[in-house]
Amino acid sequence: MTEVTAPMAGKIMDVKVEVGDTVNEDDELLILEAMKMEMPIVATASGKVKEIKCKKGDAVGADDVLVVIE
Amino acid sequence: MLDMVLTTGVAHLTIGNLVMWLIAFFFIYLAITKNYEPLLLVPIGFGILMVNLPLTYLMEEGEGLLWRFYHYGLEWEIIPPLIFLGLGAMTDFGPMIANPKTLILGAGAQFGVYVAFFGALILGFKIPEACSIGIIGGADGPTTIYTTVHLAPHLLGATAVAAYSYMSLVPIIQPPIMRLLTTEKERKIKMRQLRPVSKREKILFPLVTVLVICLIVPASAPLMAMFMLGNLFKECGVVKRLSDAASNELMNIVTILLGVSVGATMSAERFLKWEVIFVFIMGLVAFAFSTAAGIVLAKFMNLFTKEKINPLIGSAGVSAVPMAARVSQVMGSKADPKNFLLMHAMGPNVAGVIGTVVAAGVFLALAG
Repeated sequence: MTEVTAPMAGKIMDVKVEVGDTVNEDDELLILEAMKMEMPIVATASGKVKEIKCKKGDAVGADDVLVVIE
Repeated sequence: MLDMVLTTGVAHLTIGNLVMWLIAFFFIYLAITKNYEPLLLVPIGFGILMVNLPLTYLMEEGEGLLWRFYHYGLEWEIIPPLIFLGLGAMTDFGPMIANPKTLILGAGAQFGVYVAFFGALILGFKIPEACSIGIIGGADGPTTIYTTVHLAPHLLGATAVAAYSYMSLVPIIQPPIMRLLTTEKERKIKMRQLRPVSKREKILFPLVTVLVICLIVPASAPLMAMFMLGNLFKECGVVKRLSDAASNELMNIVTILLGVSVGATMSAERFLKWEVIFVFIMGLVAFAFSTAAGIVLAKFMNLFTKEKINPLIGSAGVSAVPMAARVSQVMGSKADPKNFLLMHAMGPNVAGVIGTVVAAGVFLALAG
C-alpha cells in the first residue's frame, strides 16, 4: 500500500484518475496549485488506485494523503 | 495657417519621438500578448507614449501632470516604499524561517550586483551610476527605482525597464545557467518537507528583522521598514483591513503611478543614448552572475552540511518573487517528477528581496 501525499499546501485543480484505475509509477494523478503554479502530482508506485481522498477544488495541507495505491 | 500648424504636436515630432513610440507599442504588445509583467509594462508603455508627444509638456518641471507623479511619487520617495508595504503584506516568510540557511543563499545571490557594479565602473560609468546599474542584478524593480532616483535619476527609465524586463525573462535566462552549473544527480536532490512555522515566529520575524537590518544598514530603512510593516499587518491577524488595503487597493494605485512615472522619464532625448544599451548589457550580466552565485553557493554549502540542498533553489535568491522559485520547481520536477522545490525555493527567493534592499542601502550609504 502506497500513500501519495501533498508535497505542500495548495488547491486540487484536477483529479486525473478514478478508483480502480491501474497506474504506473510517475503517471499523473492530480494537479495541485500553489503560489499560482500548477504542478502534477505523480504516482510514487505502480498499482491500482484504492482510494482518492480529495476532490477538485479541495484545499489541502502539506503531507495530507491524497491518493492510496495498492 | 502655418502658425496654426505649428501649434500642433505633429509639426514638432522628431524621429526620436517615433522610435520611442515604437518602444512604447512594443512594451504594450509584450504585456498584452506575451503577459510579460503586464501590470508594469502597460503603464510604463503608456507613460513613454505620453512623454513623447510634443508640446504636451506633461513632464514640464513644476507644471506637467506626469512630472508631478514623478516628483512627488518617486523623487519624494513615496511610491517605492508603499510598493514594499504591499509586498510585505503579500509575502510569506515561513519557508525562510523554517530553513534559515536559505537566508545565506538570498545574500549570496547578490554577487551579481557587485559584479555589474565593477563592470559598469570599468565601462566608464560614475560610481552612483554603477550602483544603480548593479542593483538591477537584485531583480527587484522598486529597489532598483529607489536606488536610481537617489543616485542616477537620468538612468531611471533604463534601469527600471531593464530590471522589469529581466524579471519577466527569468524563465528564459535562468534555466540554461542552472543546467550548466548542476549535474543531473544534484537536480534530483530531494529536500525534506519544511517544518511548520508558528504564528509567534511569523509575528516576531518582521519586528526583529526591521530592528537588526535598520540598525546595521540605516539607509535601507525606508524600504525595509515598510516591507516589514506590511508583513506585520499580514501576520499579526488583527488588522486584516490594513493588510488587504496594502496588498490590493493601495498596491494597485501606486503600481499605476509607478509605471506611468517611470515611462514618463523615457523621453527620446533621455533614453536614446549609447549608455542605455550598456545599462541593459550590464543588467543582464548582473542577473546572470546573481543566478550563478546562488547555485554555486548552494553547492558549496552542500560540502559542509549533512542534509543536502538542491542547488536549483540557489538561483531563486535573485528575488523576482515568485517567478524565480517557480523556475526552480520546474527544473527540479523535470529531473524528477516527484521532486517539489517550490516552497524550498521561496526561502532564498524572499531572502533575496531582503538581500537586495540591504545591497541598495549599502550603495546609498556609500555613494548617496
